Amino acid sequence: MLSIFEPLAIIGRVVMAALAELGRLSKFTAEAVKNIFLPPFYWRLILKQMLHIGYYSLPVVGLTALFTGAALAQQIFVGGSRFNAESVVPGVVVIAIVRELGPVLGGLMVAGRVSSAMAAELGTMRVTEQIDALTTLSTDPFKYLVVPRLIASVFTLPLLVLVANVIGVLGGYLIGTERLGLNAGAYLKVTVDFLEQADVISSLVKAAVFGFFIALMGSYYGYHSSGGAQGVGKATTNAVVGAFITILLANLIITIVVFGT
Amino acid sequence: MKNDTIPMIQLENVTKHFGSKHVLNGVNLSVARGESLVIIGGSGTGKSVTLKCILGLLKADSGTINVDGRDVTLMGKSERKKILSKFGMLFQGAALFDSMKVWENVAFGLIQGQGMDRVSAREIATEKLRRVGLSPDVGDLSPSELSGGMQKRVGLARAIAAEPEIIFFDEPTTGLDPIMADVINDLIVECVTDLGATTLSITHDMASARKIADRIAMIHKGEIIWEGSKAEVDKSDNPYVEQFIHGRADGPIQMEILKP
Ligand SMILES: Nc1ncnc2c1ncn2[C@@H]1O[C@H](COP(=O)(O)OP(=O)(O)OP(=O)(O)O)[C@@H](O)[C@H]1O
Ligand SMILES: [Mg+2]
Repeated sequence: MLSIFEPLAIIGRVVMAALAELGRLSKFTAEAVKNIFLPPFYWRLILKQMLHIGYYSLPVVGLTALFTGAALAQQIFVGGSRFNAESVVPGVVVIAIVRELGPVLGGLMVAGRVSSAMAAELGTMRVTEQIDALTTLSTDPFKYLVVPRLIASVFTLPLLVLVANVIGVLGGYLIGTERLGLNAGAYLKVTVDFLEQADVISSLVKAAVFGFFIALMGSYYGYHSSGGAQGVGKATTNAVVGAFITILLANLIITIVVFGT
Repeated sequence: MKNDTIPMIQLENVTKHFGSKHVLNGVNLSVARGESLVIIGGSGTGKSVTLKCILGLLKADSGTINVDGRDVTLMGKSERKKILSKFGMLFQGAALFDSMKVWENVAFGLIQGQGMDRVSAREIATEKLRRVGLSPDVGDLSPSELSGGMQKRVGLARAIAAEPEIIFFDEPTTGLDPIMADVINDLIVECVTDLGATTLSITHDMASARKIADRIAMIHKGEIIWEGSKAEVDKSDNPYVEQFIHGRADGPIQMEILKP
């Protein structure tokens, strides 16, 4: 028997569930941030995570940047040639890469790799009671598992994005000089002239913020997963989706704040 | 501060539910200092949940849980952490850290909890592994390379490594052959007699219960329905206890599957 209130009830339940989730996430975030500043610090684990997040992400992030920079140069050249403005290619490429595409695409690629891996690892630890076991061995699972991932991610992402920016510009340079016949020396000079300090700083700040969300989403969904293999699978998916959405939203907000005026 | 008249662990009216499912319906239980209590009871009656509530891994809905005379349900995080350092726990599923080697698992509490250096911690870990019948070269394997029974024994070694005052064993002999089970029973008895530990064990294995228990308590549907010394368990005319220790399918305990 469907009553006319049934749709309202469904909407109510969905909203309540979403609010509850948001509440849990906020609590988790507050707890995580607080613990970042409290000893003990597990340096070895932080370094291990940095290696996992940074070093092993280099190929995928580098290739993404290279192809994107190259495609961008090609597009801008074609678009610009309608107004005889092929010379804007280096400037637009460097701005687009450093301000937006380097951090965003880099962040998304790392989120795909890392958030999912974190959620799967912590999720498995949760459902096999390894997280409970940590607690009984006088070790705070928050400090031991979540905090090292957060710290490592926040510090590694800027380094990765720096590399992505350089490789992205290189991709544009290669297409510009090898295929589109732009002058190599002029290309580099325009690139350097166009780039401002604020661009680089905002790029790195974005990267650090994205790094935070990548580790936060991976840890949160992993830490709170339940219900065996299926639950871990769901946690993994949710972590990636959550990381993507928070990265894109944070990017919009930072862009508006920094460049909006 | 040590007072022998205060029970080491005391539960009063502890309740716990998951959703609409009421798992613990007012558990009352008390374990004296240096005593070995064994909880028996059917599958899914709330034995593991009881242990987890005492450890604070699950939050009891109501009731009091006193450890060494102090109510742990009212404690803050740091106080609770201090209390937890008195405990060792063998999980039903062993719960070994699969990212670490076997010896690192056993030494974990010593290295992370007590800040012992790795070399001495490894020595102790190797000794504890020997006590549970595992050779030193097993220490270099990863947990996923072990059989279920071996994992259980590593979990046991990990639980006793730091020589805690209170040790919980969740089905210590499940999955072991009868001879190894008896070795483990002896080890648990040793923990009580040599270390003076207070132990709370869960088992379905009556041979094991008779060997390690001072007292036995039976849990059914989230309540302790019988309690007595191990000598009394065979003489008990409680129909639940009788059915359980003789392993009969018919009696007052109806398994879900038998219900019409
Ligand atoms: N985290 C949880 N979420 C929901 N239900 C749970 C959870 N943990 C336990 N339960 C439920 O509580 C009941 C008691 O579980 P418990 O693990 O204590 O059983 P047990 O007595 O240890 O059984 P066994 O002898 O099979 O180990 C079970 O019916 C189980 O479904
Ligand atoms: Mg159990």
